[in-house]
Amino acid sequence: MSEAAQKPRMPDETGVPDPFPYMHPVMKKNYGQWDYHFRPRPGVLCHVAKSGDKIWTVRAGTQRQMDVFTIRKLCDLADKYCDGYLRFTTRSNIEFLLDKEENVEPLIEELNKEGFPVGGTGNSVSMVSHTQGWLHCDIPGTDASGVVKSLMDLMYEEFINEEMPNRVRITSSCCQINCGGQGDIAVNVQYTKPPRINHELVANVCERPAVVARCPVAAIRPALVNGKPSLEVDEKKCVCCGACYAPCPPMQINGKEETRIAVWVGGKHSNARSKPRFHKLVVAGLPNNPPRWPEVGEVVMKILRAYKENAKDWERIGDWIERIGWPRFFELIDVPFVKHHIDTWTYARLTHNHSTHIQY
Amino acid sequence: MANNDFKVHPTPKLDELEKGPWPSFVTGLKRLRDAGKRYSPMINDLLGQLEHSYEERLGFWKGGTITVVGYGGGVIPRFSEVADKFPASSEFHTLRIIPPAGYHYTTDIIRKMCDIWEEYGSGLIAFHGQSGDIMFQGCSSDNVQPAFDALNELGFDLGGAGPALRTSMNCVGHARCEMSCYDEIKAHRMIINEYLDEMHRPALPYKFKFKFSGCPNDCVNAIHRADFAVIGTWRDDMKVDQEKVKEYVEELGRDYIIEHVINMCPTRALKLNDDDTLAVDNKACVRCMHCLNVMNRALKPGDDKGAVILIGGKRTLKIGDLMGTVIKPFIKLETDEDFEALVEFAGEVIDFFAENALEHERIGETIDRIGLPAFLEAIGVDPDPNMVLHPRQVSFVRTDDFQAEMERMRAKKAAKKEAAE
Repeated sequence: MSEAAQKPRMPDETGVPDPFPYMHPVMKKNYGQWDYHFRPRPGVLCHVAKSGDKIWTVRAGTQRQMDVFTIRKLCDLADKYCDGYLRFTTRSNIEFLLDKEENVEPLIEELNKEGFPVGGTGNSVSMVSHTQGWLHCDIPGTDASGVVKSLMDLMYEEFINEEMPNRVRITSSCCQINCGGQGDIAVNVQYTKPPRINHELVANVCERPAVVARCPVAAIRPALVNGKPSLEVDEKKCVCCGACYAPCPPMQINGKEETRIAVWVGGKHSNARSKPRFHKLVVAGLPNNPPRWPEVGEVVMKILRAYKENAKDWERIGDWIERIGWPRFFELIDVPFVKHHIDTWTYARLTHNHSTHIQY
Repeated sequence: MANNDFKVHPTPKLDELEKGPWPSFVTGLKRLRDAGKRYSPMINDLLGQLEHSYEERLGFWKGGTITVVGYGGGVIPRFSEVADKFPASSEFHTLRIIPPAGYHYTTDIIRKMCDIWEEYGSGLIAFHGQSGDIMFQGCSSDNVQPAFDALNELGFDLGGAGPALRTSMNCVGHARCEMSCYDEIKAHRMIINEYLDEMHRPALPYKFKFKFSGCPNDCVNAIHRADFAVIGTWRDDMKVDQEKVKEYVEELGRDYIIEHVINMCPTRALKLNDDDTLAVDNKACVRCMHCLNVMNRALKPGDDKGAVILIGGKRTLKIGDLMGTVIKPFIKLETDEDFEALVEFAGEVIDFFAENALEHERIGETIDRIGLPAFLEAIGVDPDPNMVLHPRQVSFVRTDDFQAEMERMRAKKAAKKEAAE
């Protein structure tokens, strides 16, 4: 073997690629020089540059985890109508970029024919941003792809129309690390039992001090079990967060019945009107019920209906609840307020009502 | 290279996810299974394992260590725990690949990626993962290196994983948005590409994420999700085109504008005049974006643009969710020098994190542990009332140098003023 063949190829450390070679020429030409935009119809944006140039964006929903045949189908449409230019949003919607208005309607028609919903703009329910789940994650409690597919089927009309008071951004996470992020509505795994420990494996698989350090409530300590070094959990202290499971898989946090789903509301990233917010707990203990998770869908749709009927234009779900108050919100969605709704974590006192501000 | 020589696993539960109007990932997986390609048996077993997960309500992947030559991270290894039942997908690793900043693509480049992934991977690609990467999912251990080499030859690099600088993201911004207050792509690429070594050779206490939003609408969720958020804003007066304001009033009605624009201003900085023009108290305005969002033809950010830097956002583990804290209430982001100063400051913060954070501690948690004043002192940033909601309300603090600190800050302010003149 020659010396060159033996020498491994070293990577080109190119980092973040320059997007300009891939950017639509109208966007490149008017970079940083946009004037305003409007939405001719749900799923379509028209941006107007200071130069007078216009670009139309047709936004469509995808399944995010895409096979190459789906991707090539989308590319065919982009070649036919968009000179081959497209982009994706942070919520995995695909955006077709067109400089010819007359191509907008034929593109939409063809997208619909191929089964891609056009929408996700303005006051719609956009695609659920989500995590990997059983398809690929090493610690998942559920399958986000399946939960999201089931939810998006239910919220299809809300995606293709702009009939909500303001935009709705839903997230889903397969464990309590919450990689899906904060949302107007968040559908997240909530464990309900302390980890079941396989003491045979702990010493070989886990770096025990690191696992002890990982616990947010100091409930884990080293222990000798059946003569083997292992770990034990103070189950009275344990908050069932699953933090120990990732660095130590023998501390199994998931279970067929024990892994449950919780729904949270009122999170928001934007600074518009109110400051960014974290979502708050609505209901926990919903069954992790594949393949369609109907109990989760029911709660989410109930929240969406109450929001649509009761919120004022431009109020996000969190803004709306702040105005009407949590007691009224729980009434509207018919969920009883229970002790677990009251925060007990650090700074919990800041969440108490220290006033007579009460809505009757 | 037809490959149909396998027994198709029944997937009655997953089949349920082919129903309904939304595009189905299951249908997509079946297309790969039925394509008669090299990867088809792998996808068949993947579907088998996923169906098994749907039955058992448990995941069956475990991690491991897989890298490419020259790098220490960026590949997410997945080994099946039920490989005896599903051997063809026993290795199903993911390559995290950094997308073009702002997620701009041509079909040409995407088709080339598809071809590479058909040759070496599974044919399954996610645009994009929550980390911001293109997720090339489903690669055997042997194929990780050639798959990376091919993608790397195409001009793409491996993203971040583990305790490292992570792949970043920016909003569409300058490329297609009238609200954009700085060149997001420039800031994003300058910072990440300067500190790329921290991405490819994980040596930080834990992950470190940058995110870049062009305005306070924060479309990439930077305050919640980034250790270091750069969010565009402006310092001078917002721009008001009074004729266009009148058009909005005409179109939507006075009542609507008062209820949904004026009354929703968080600092009561707006007033609709009797002649349907808008009065703005720019000193009271907090640049929340609401009125600009509603009346985007009439209202615009000002000319004196730049960004706010917030540090310390992260998700739940370990001490609970944190949002970023304002550390720089305003930086100019116009000239090359402005951007270079941002890159330098980012480097100082990464250095602080590398030297002071505990193992598996995010920088927000470090700040929480040592206190914001200590963090500011360490990175050489002066305290500013914009960093907090209000001053301290508990008297338990040692203040014997309070007057001296006041003198020091006064002198600093005076020196700065003199330098500016």
